[in-house]
Amino acid sequence: MIFIYDASFEGFLSAVFMAYEYKCKQPKIVKKEKFMGDFFEEVEEVITSEEKAIRVWKKVKAKCGSRGSQQIYWAFLSELDEIEITLFQYIQHALVSTKDITKDYAHPAVLKVAQTVKQVGREKHRMDAFVRFRKTKDAIYFATVEPDFNVLPLNVKHFKNRYADQKWCIYDLKRNYGIFYDLEKVEIIQLDLPASILETSTDFFTTEEIQFQHLWKNYFDSTNIKSRKNTKLHQQHVPKRYWRYLSEKYL
Amino acid sequence: MNFDRIKEKLNILADAAKYDVSCSSSGSKRQNKGKGLGDSSGMGICHSYTEDGRCVSLLKILLTNHCIFDCAYCVTRKSNDIQRAAFKVQEVVDLTINFYRRNYIEGLFLSSGIFKSPDTTMERLVQVAKKLRLEENFNGYIHLKSIPGASDELMHEAGLYADRLSVNIEIPTREGLKLLAPDKDRKDFLQPMKKVKDEIIRHKSEKRIIKSTPKFAPAGQSTQMIVGATNETDAQVMYTAAYFYKKYQMKRVYYSGYIPVSYDPRLPSIGTDVPLLRENRLYQADWLMRFYGFSIEELLNKEHPNLDSDVDPKLSWALRNLHLFPVDVNKADKQMLARIPGLGMKSVYKILGARKYRNLNWEHLKKIGVALNRAKYFMVCNSKEWEKKDLSAMNIKSLILQNSSSKFRNTYNNQLNLFDKQDALIQY
Repeated sequence: MIFIYDASFEGFLSAVFMAYEYKCKQPKIVKKEKFMGDFFEEVEEVITSEEKAIRVWKKVKAKCGSRGSQQIYWAFLSELDEIEITLFQYIQHALVSTKDITKDYAHPAVLKVAQTVKQVGREKHRMDAFVRFRKTKDAIYFATVEPDFNVLPLNVKHFKNRYADQKWCIYDLKRNYGIFYDLEKVEIIQLDLPASILETSTDFFTTEEIQFQHLWKNYFDSTNIKSRKNTKLHQQHVPKRYWRYLSEKYL
Repeated sequence: MNFDRIKEKLNILADAAKYDVSCSSSGSKRQNKGKGLGDSSGMGICHSYTEDGRCVSLLKILLTNHCIFDCAYCVTRKSNDIQRAAFKVQEVVDLTINFYRRNYIEGLFLSSGIFKSPDTTMERLVQVAKKLRLEENFNGYIHLKSIPGASDELMHEAGLYADRLSVNIEIPTREGLKLLAPDKDRKDFLQPMKKVKDEIIRHKSEKRIIKSTPKFAPAGQSTQMIVGATNETDAQVMYTAAYFYKKYQMKRVYYSGYIPVSYDPRLPSIGTDVPLLRENRLYQADWLMRFYGFSIEELLNKEHPNLDSDVDPKLSWALRNLHLFPVDVNKADKQMLARIPGLGMKSVYKILGARKYRNLNWEHLKKIGVALNRAKYFMVCNSKEWEKKDLSAMNIKSLILQNSSSKFRNTYNNQLNLFDKQDALIQY
C-alpha cells in the first residue's frame, strides 16, 4: 500500500498510525509532491492529524528513548527518497523488540538511520559554521543558505543562545523559508527576496558591511601558509557548493 | 573605524600570528547569561579552512610584531627586516566583536611580540580580554598567550577573563633553545605555566565549596613545539610532551613542523620542505597517548627513538607485539579493541554497541563501517576466515603497504631509499 502525506513530520507520523491501523506490514510512505502515480498498488491519502501524530510519537519515545526519537526526527529532515520507509522499518523494529534497538547497527534500518543522522548532523554543524551574517540597513544580521537537508529547525537553539542581543535571520533559499529572531523569540518566516540578494547591494546593506567582508577576506588570505598548501583537504572541509555564501571565497 | 589602516595592520599581524597552530575553541563551558553576546558552551566550530587545510576558528592575531627578542626560528625576531605594526586595544575589541556578530569566528586568539617588557605586554593583552568581557558582555572564546616572564598577578588576572592560556615552549630540548634563542630561559616559560596550573586547581577546589567562584581559564592550558628546527628525535619531542601533559596538566600540546623563515645557518634553509609527515606521525602518537591508553614508553624507547615513517605508530607497535594478536572482537575489552591497528575509538564504540545484539562477523563489521584493510590482520570474529594465519610482521607490513595509498608515499619512499636501504629491501 502507498500512503501519500503532506511532507510534514506530523503527516509522516499520521501515516505510520494509518499503516498500523490498516495492518500494512510493508507500506510505502511518499510525500505528495514527489508521488508520481501508481497503477498497481492501492493508494491512500493521509490526513495529517495532530492527535494521531502525538500518539505515535509517545509510543516511539517510550520504545526508543529520547535519543532514538531524536534520531528519527533528524533522519526525517534529510528529505532523502524513501527515508520514510526506512524510518517505518526502524519504528517497526523498535516496537517488536524487547531491547533498546538504537545501537543495533547490524540491522539495516538502524544502520541507515544512524548514517543519515550523521549526514544531517554534519550539515547542521556546517550551517553553524558557514552562516555569514550581513548587516542590513535596519540592523538585522541576515544570512542566506541552501543546506543539502532541511536543517534550519535544528540550528535555532545554537543561534538563539549565541546571538541573544542582535536581531538575525537565516533564510533557506532552496526551501523558501527562514528563521527570524526578534530579540525575544525565533519565528519561521517567508519572504519575497529579490534575485540579487546574494550581492551585498547598498540598497539593503550598510556600507560598513562591505568593508567588514573585505577585512574578513583579507584576514583569511593572510592566515594561509603557502608552503603547506593542500587544496584537496581545503575542499574536503569547505566543499565548493558552499562557496557562494562565504565572503572569504567569493570576494 | 579607519578601514584602510586596520586592513594594513590586520595583514601584517595576522600573517605573523599564523604560525601558532592552536585553533581550538572548545571545552570552555562559558554560557551566555543575561542576553549578552556569544556563547562558548558547546563544541568548537571551524568557520572556515585555509587553503593549506587548517581550521579557522578564531581571529588569530598579534597585538604587535615589535619584539625585543631575537629567536632564530621566529619570523618576528628583532633582527628580521619586516614591516612592523601594532593594534590599539580598542581596535582589537572592535574587530573581534564585528567578526563575531557576523558568525565569522568563535572568538579571539591574541598573542604578541614582546615590547618593552613581559609585564607591559601581558598587561595590554589582559586589557583586551577584560574590555571584551566587562564592557561588551562578550561570552565568546578568548585564548591569550602567556608571555614568558610575566608576573603572577597578571597571569591571575588573565585567567579570569580568558578561556585558555598558552605558552609555547617552541624548542623541545634545552640545548636547542640555548642555541636558537640565547636570550630566553626555559624557566621563564615554565613559571607562568605553573602559576596558571596552580590557579586552575585552586579555583576548581574552591568551586566545590563556593558555587560563585569565578571561572579560571576553563579551557585549560596548551603549548606548542616546533619540530625539525633542531636535530631532536621523536622520542625527545614526545617525552617532553608527556611531561607537560602530566606535570602541567596541559589540555593540548601542538606540534608544528618548522617552516623555514630565515637564512640563519643554525636552521634548515629557506625552501626546505615542511616536515608534514613527521608532524602527522607525532600527532598520531599524541592521540594514542591521550585517548587510546598507550604509554609513551610503548611507542618510543631506546630501541625506537623515532616513529616509523611508512606506517602509523599503532601499526608499528602492533607489528612489534604480534604475540598479543589476534584479538577476538566479540570478546575483547575496550582497551584491547582500541589497540587494533586501523580501529579508531568510534569503531570501537560501534563494535561494543553492535556486539550486544549478535556475534559479529566480517560482513557485519564492514557494514557498520569498520575499516578492515589494516585491522583484518589483527583480529578474529564470528567466522572461520582469519587473515593473519601465520604471516610474519614483515609480510603483514608489506601486504598493508601494497593495499593502501598515502599522499606521503613519495616522501617516505625517498627517505627509505636514502637512509634505510635494508628496510626498503624488505618492503619490496
